[in-house]
Amino acid sequence: MTAAPRRVLAALSRQRRRKVAPFLLLLMCLGLTGGAYAAFAPSPQAAAATGVSAQSIKDGRALFRLNCASCHGLNAEGSSDAPPLVGVGAAAVDFQVGTGRMPAAADGPQIEKKRVEFTPEEVAALAAYVASLGPGPAIPDAEALDYADANAAQGGAIYRTNCAMCHNSAGVGGALTHGKFAASLEGVSAKHMYEAMLTGPQSMPVFGDGTMKPADKREIINYLKTIQAQPSPGGAGLGKLGPVSEGAVGWLFGLGSLIGAAVWLGAKAR
Amino acid sequence: MPDLEKSAGKIANDIDERFGSANFVRRSARKVFPDHWSFMLGEIALYSFIILLLTGTFLALWFKPSQGQVVYDGSYVPLHGLRMSEAYASTLHISFDVRGGLIIRQIHHWAALIFVAAMIVHSARVFFTGAFRKPRETNWLIGVGLISLSIIEGLLGYSLPDDLLSGTGFRIAEGVLLSIPVVGTYLSFFLFGGQFPGEDLIPRIYTIHVLLLPGIFLALITVHVMLVWYQKHTQYPGEGRTEKNSVGYPFFPVYTAKAGGFFFITFGVTTLLSAFATINPIWLFGPYTPTQVSAGSQPDFYMGFLEGVLRMFPNWEIHAFGDTLSLNVLVPTLLIPGLLFTAMAIYPMLEAWVTGDHREHHILDRPRNAPTRTGIGVMAIVTWLILLAAGANDILAITFHLSINSITWFFRFAVFTIPPLSYLVTKRICLGLQRRDRDLVLHGRETGRIVRLAHGEMIEVHEPISEAERFVLTQHESPRPLELEPAADANGIPRRHILASKIRARMSRFYFEDTVAPPTPAEVHELESHH
Amino acid sequence: MSDDLHTDPAGGHGHDEIEPVRTGELETRFRDPGLPAHIYRRSDIDPRAAKRREREVAALFGLSTLGTLLFIVAFFVIKPTDASGSEMLSRVGLSTKLLGLGLGLALFCIGAGAIHWAKTLMPDDEIVAVRKPMRSSDEDRAGAIEAMKEGAAGAGLGRRKLIRNSLVGALAPLGLLAIIPLRDLGPLPGDSLEHTAWKAGKRLMSDPAGHPIKPEDMEIGGVVHVLPEGIENSEHPLNDEAKATAIVIRLAPEDLDNQRPDRKGWDVSGIVCYSKVCTHVGCPVGLYEQQTHHLLCPCHQSTFDVTRNCEVIFGPAHRPLPQLKLTTDSDGYLVAAQDFQEPVGPSFWERGN
Repeated sequence: MTAAPRRVLAALSRQRRRKVAPFLLLLMCLGLTGGAYAAFAPSPQAAAATGVSAQSIKDGRALFRLNCASCHGLNAEGSSDAPPLVGVGAAAVDFQVGTGRMPAAADGPQIEKKRVEFTPEEVAALAAYVASLGPGPAIPDAEALDYADANAAQGGAIYRTNCAMCHNSAGVGGALTHGKFAASLEGVSAKHMYEAMLTGPQSMPVFGDGTMKPADKREIINYLKTIQAQPSPGGAGLGKLGPVSEGAVGWLFGLGSLIGAAVWLGAKAR
Repeated sequence: MPDLEKSAGKIANDIDERFGSANFVRRSARKVFPDHWSFMLGEIALYSFIILLLTGTFLALWFKPSQGQVVYDGSYVPLHGLRMSEAYASTLHISFDVRGGLIIRQIHHWAALIFVAAMIVHSARVFFTGAFRKPRETNWLIGVGLISLSIIEGLLGYSLPDDLLSGTGFRIAEGVLLSIPVVGTYLSFFLFGGQFPGEDLIPRIYTIHVLLLPGIFLALITVHVMLVWYQKHTQYPGEGRTEKNSVGYPFFPVYTAKAGGFFFITFGVTTLLSAFATINPIWLFGPYTPTQVSAGSQPDFYMGFLEGVLRMFPNWEIHAFGDTLSLNVLVPTLLIPGLLFTAMAIYPMLEAWVTGDHREHHILDRPRNAPTRTGIGVMAIVTWLILLAAGANDILAITFHLSINSITWFFRFAVFTIPPLSYLVTKRICLGLQRRDRDLVLHGRETGRIVRLAHGEMIEVHEPISEAERFVLTQHESPRPLELEPAADANGIPRRHILASKIRARMSRFYFEDTVAPPTPAEVHELESHH
Repeated sequence: MSDDLHTDPAGGHGHDEIEPVRTGELETRFRDPGLPAHIYRRSDIDPRAAKRREREVAALFGLSTLGTLLFIVAFFVIKPTDASGSEMLSRVGLSTKLLGLGLGLALFCIGAGAIHWAKTLMPDDEIVAVRKPMRSSDEDRAGAIEAMKEGAAGAGLGRRKLIRNSLVGALAPLGLLAIIPLRDLGPLPGDSLEHTAWKAGKRLMSDPAGHPIKPEDMEIGGVVHVLPEGIENSEHPLNDEAKATAIVIRLAPEDLDNQRPDRKGWDVSGIVCYSKVCTHVGCPVGLYEQQTHHLLCPCHQSTFDVTRNCEVIFGPAHRPLPQLKLTTDSDGYLVAAQDFQEPVGPSFWERGN
C-alpha cells in the first residue's frame, strides 16, 4: 500500500474507533448482562399439570409453598399480612393470580394489577390446590361464560345499579376511600369479570349467584363487552371521565385556540 | 361597477327616506375601534352565544321536553327495551337517527363551555385593566348578571336530556332546595311539581332554557354591546393615546372584516373541536333513575367550584326547636356563591370609594400599576381554581393514585392558605415590575455589551428606551393613600361618618401604601447631569 | 463617575412631536410622543406582494367552499339509519367527523380569509377620533331639569297627596298578582317526605332484576340493591323509588358488635338494610367497601360505617343513613318489618332530629 491510502486508512480507523466503539461496547455489556440474568435468575418452578387432577393439586401445593405461603401461611391459614384462603374457591385464585394481582407487590392502599407471574397451567394448579382446602366458588365453565345471547340492555341496567357507582358508567374505574379504587374494566376478560363478581376481591362486595344469578352476570358482561367494542360516535372519548376532562379540553383546546386566533388577528401584518 | 353602485344607491335612498339612516351610517362607518387581541375575548363570548342560539334552535326541532316514560326501541341497541323518559329517548334519536344531529349537539355543548370560559377570561381582562371604572360600572354589573345567568342556563341545558349524570345533578339541586330554612320543602315541591323527580321538571326547565333566559340574555347582551358602542371602547396606554381620544381602525371596512371574520373563526373552531372530541355521551350514562349513580359524577366546569365547596365543607347541622338548619348544604351552595357574586358586583363601587377617584377613565391600567387590585384579582382566581379542583377530587384521586380523603383535607387547608399567599406573591411581583419599569426609564436597557474605559473601569452599555416606551412606562398615576381627616374640622365642628372615613383611610392605605412612583423628567435630568 | 454610558438619546424614527425639554423649565411628566410613524407592509409597497396576498385570501375562501361541498356530500352519502349496531355507530362517527370537518372548514376559512384580507390589504392606518366627556353639557342638563320640573309640576304629585298615596296603595300589592298564580306549581309537601313505599311485610326485590331474596342466598360481604315489591305498579314509580331505594349488606357476626342497642334485632342473620338516599343531598349511596365495611357516596364522599349503623365518619353528610328493620316472611324471603322510622334523604327544615 502506498503512503496516502495507509494514512487514509489510519484516519478512517481512528474515526471509526471514536464514533462506533462506545456503541458497540454498550451493546456488548447490555447483551452480557441480559444474558446472564436470563441464564441465572430464578424462574418460577415449572409445573406440568393441567386441570383438576391429583397431580395438579400437588403441583399447586408446591407452587403455593414457594410463592404464596410466606404471606398466606403454609396451609393457607392466613397471617397478619394476608387473609386465610380456605374456602375462597378456585375462582378467587384464578382471578387474583390470573390478573397478576397476586403475588402481591409493594404495600399500598390496595393490591394492584400487574404482570401475570404464572402460566395458565400454573394458575390452574394453584386454583385446584386452594379449592381442595375447602369448598368455594368454582371457576365458571364455558356455559356460564356464554354471554353472546345475553340481554345487553338489561345488563346495562343491572350494571348501572350495582356497579357503575364504583366502576363508572363506562367502566373506566372510580375512586374509593383512602387511596383505594375500583379498577378499570377495559381489557378484562369475561371470565375474570365473572370471577370478580362471584368472589368479591378486596374492597369489592360479593355478588354471589344466589342474589345475582348467572344469567344476570352474563347480561352485565355482554353489556360491558358491547360498549367496549363499539366505536365512539362523537370522536375522541377523552378518557370517558365526564365533565372534568371535557372542561379541561374546552379551556385548553377550545378557548386556547380562540385566544391564539385573537392574537393573530391583532398582530400587525408584515 | 356602475350598475352595482346604482342599485346600492337606490336601496340606500329607500332606507334613508324612511329612517333617516344616512347620518347614522356616516358616523358609524368611520367609528374608531381600538385594536388589541385582549379586546376579542368578549367577542368570543358573544359569538358563542349566537352559535348556541343557532344550534339550539336546530335541536329544539327534534327534542321532546317530556318526562313521560317510553320503552326504547330506537337505533342504539345497548338501551333496547329499557324504560326512559321521552326527553332522553329524543336526545338519543337526535344523536343517532338525525343526520347532523350529533355534530350539532356537540357544537351546542362545546359552545356552552366556551361561552362561559370566554366570559370568565373577558371579565378577568376587564378587572385587571380597570375597565370597570367610571363610566363603565353599569356594564360591569350587566356582565356579572350575564355570568351568573349563564351558569344557570348551562345547568338547565345539560339537564334537559334527563340522563343519569345530569339527573344526579338535579337530585343534588333538590337536596339543596330542601336545606333552605322554612320554605325549602315548599320550594322543592313547587319546582318539581311534587316529590322528586316528578314529571314537571323537564318541561319547566325547557321553557326557562329556550325562552326565558335567552330572552333575558338577548336584552342584556344588547345593552352591554350598545354601551360599549356608545361609551366607546377603552384603550391601552400608548403613544398618541389619551383620555380624550380613541385610536384604532375604522369600523368599516377593517373592523367589520376582523370582527365578522372572528365570528366565523369562533364558529369554525368550535365546530372542528366538536367534530373530533366527544362531549356528553349520554348513551353511556344511561337514562336517569334515582336508584343509580356513576362514579366520577361532576357538573360542567362552571358549576365545579360549587361542587368543590360542597365536598369540602364540614358536616355541620344545627338542630333547635324541632327544626334543622343544614349549614353543610346552605353555606356552600347559597351563601358562598352569593357572597362571591355580590363582591364581584360591588367591586367597582368599592374601589371608587376607597380611592376617591370619580373621574372618567378611558385609558386602561397596566395591571402592574394597580398591584393591590391585581393581587385581589389573582387571589379570587386562585380561590376559584382551588374550589374547582376540589370538585374533581375523585378524578384527581384515580388519575394520580392519591387518597380522596387526603385530597379533601388538603383542599380544606389550601383554600385558606394559598389565596392570601397568592395575593402577597402577586403584589410583590407587580411592585417588582414597577421598579423594573422605573429602572428602564432611568437607566435604559442593558445591552449585554461590556466596555472597558480608558482608565480601566468595566461598564455595561445601557441603551436608552424609545420615547414611545418611556411614555408607556410613565403615563400612569401613582396615588398616595388618602389622609385621615382630623376628627373636627377647622372650626371645631366634629365631622360625621367618622367610622366610615376611618375604614376608608385604612383601605386606602391597603391599596396604595406600596406605590412606586414613575420617574419624572426631573429625575432623569438629575441622573444625567451627574455624568 | 458615571456607572453607565448613554448613547445619543436623540435617535428614534421620525415623529412629529417635540422631545421633552431638558434644559430650562422641566415638565412634571414625560410627554406623549404622539402617534408613531406608519410602518408599511409589503403589500402596501409591492404590487406583486399585494397580488400574492389576494391569492392567499382567495385560496382561503376557496377552501371554505370545499368545506361546504364536503358537508353536503357527507350528509347525503353517509346514512347511519340504514345500518344497525356497531356499524350504525361507525357511520354516525364518520358522519359526525366529516360533517364537522366540512362545516368547520367552511366557517373557519371564511373567517381566516376575511381577517387575512383586513390585515394585509385593507388600510391599516390608525385613525384618531375625539372622545367627548360622557357628561352632558350644562345647557342640556339645565334643559333636562327644567323639563322634569315642569312635568312634575304638571302631574302635581307633590301637591295632590291623595293621588300619590292611593297610587302607591294600588301599585304595591300588584306585585302579589305575579306570585299568587304560581301557587299551583305543586302540592304542599304535607308529610310525604316522612313516608316511603316500605310497609310491614313488603318483600325486598333486587333492583333492577326483581328477584326476591332469602337470607341463605346472600354471602357474607355480599350486597344487594333493593326496592319494595310491586313498586313498579305504583302511580308514580320513580317518585317512590327515589325514596324507597335501599341497600342490603350481609355482615359477619363479629361485625355486629357495635350496633346501637335500640337497633337490636333489626337484622336477619347479620343482613342489614339501609336507605340508599344520602342524607347530604340525596345521591344514591352505593359504594360498599367489603373489607372496611364503609359505605361511600360517590357524589361528595360522605362515608358511613355499616358496623356502627351507618354513622358518618367522613364527608359533609351529618346524619347516619336510616335503617330498615328486616324480618322474614312465611316463605323465608326477606321482608321489611316496618317503614323507615325517620324521613329518608337530605335534611330539611321541619325535620327536627
